[in-house]
Amino acid sequence: MARFAAGDAVAVRRAHPPGHLRTPYYIRGKAGVVERLLGEFANPEELAFGRDGLPLRPLYRVRFAQREVWPDYAGAGADTVDVEIYEHWLEPARKAG
Amino acid sequence: MTDHNHAPPRGPNGGLSHYQTMELAVSELLIEKGLFSEQKLQGEIAAMDARSPETGARVVALAWSDAAFKARLLDDGTAACESIGIDMGPTRLVVVESSAAIHNVIVCTLCSCYPRMLLGLPPDWYKTANYRSRVVREPRAVLREFGTELPDDVVVRVHDNTADMRYMVLPARPKGTESMDREALAKLVTRDSMIGVGLAMTP
Repeated sequence: MARFAAGDAVAVRRAHPPGHLRTPYYIRGKAGVVERLLGEFANPEELAFGRDGLPLRPLYRVRFAQREVWPDYAGAGADTVDVEIYEHWLEPARKAG
Repeated sequence: MTDHNHAPPRGPNGGLSHYQTMELAVSELLIEKGLFSEQKLQGEIAAMDARSPETGARVVALAWSDAAFKARLLDDGTAACESIGIDMGPTRLVVVESSAAIHNVIVCTLCSCYPRMLLGLPPDWYKTANYRSRVVREPRAVLREFGTELPDDVVVRVHDNTADMRYMVLPARPKGTESMDREALAKLVTRDSMIGVGLAMTP
């Protein structure tokens, strides 16, 4: 069961565990909105070490405002970056005002 | 997936790099154990080398001229491409549509993930730390270096291929192409326009 749905405000966990991670550093700790649920996939953090990657993890495409990600962003205010994030890296967040 | 070459490139000191040695060791072991054959390996390399942006251009031209196909492509890129006979392998495709109001560009900040089944091998610059680190942070400056100048009221959306999906841009259909057939349209669709660093050519 997926915990989040399209339109939900989420924040990426600010964590630095060791191992093979698909959550880029630049997006950790940032808040965005779920653009869509992409399905459930084997966890790459487990697959990387020869394990089965189960249970499957919901994967989301999360949209972030560039000005949220880079406070000194020089482009237009409506610019965004979409990043795929597995559910265990996300927590609920308050809607951005 | 790695970029295979028949003669593996040399590492910085003329010898094989760590990962090249590892790759050769693993492929030799797989062949020795009979899990894979040299012919099968060479066949896969040849098939990968044969893929080119022409496949992606065919998909774009069809989407431009067939509204029902375009709707299917945006809804489920993998299924839509398979429905016209394209082998998608394990690729799960998301197609993002650019328009006069929104411009999309793709990157893989972690490595070099790329919609290879539709575009072939990625260009060398796509894999550089320069492109990967800058396009996500200052996309407009990077686009300008590719000759793509966008007004401030066009929203720029960067798509980072960090996990299981691969992204392709459906570029905006250029003006003055209303009477063109699919074959002529496909010729306007460049690789860079499907990555999003460029626009489709105007006739």
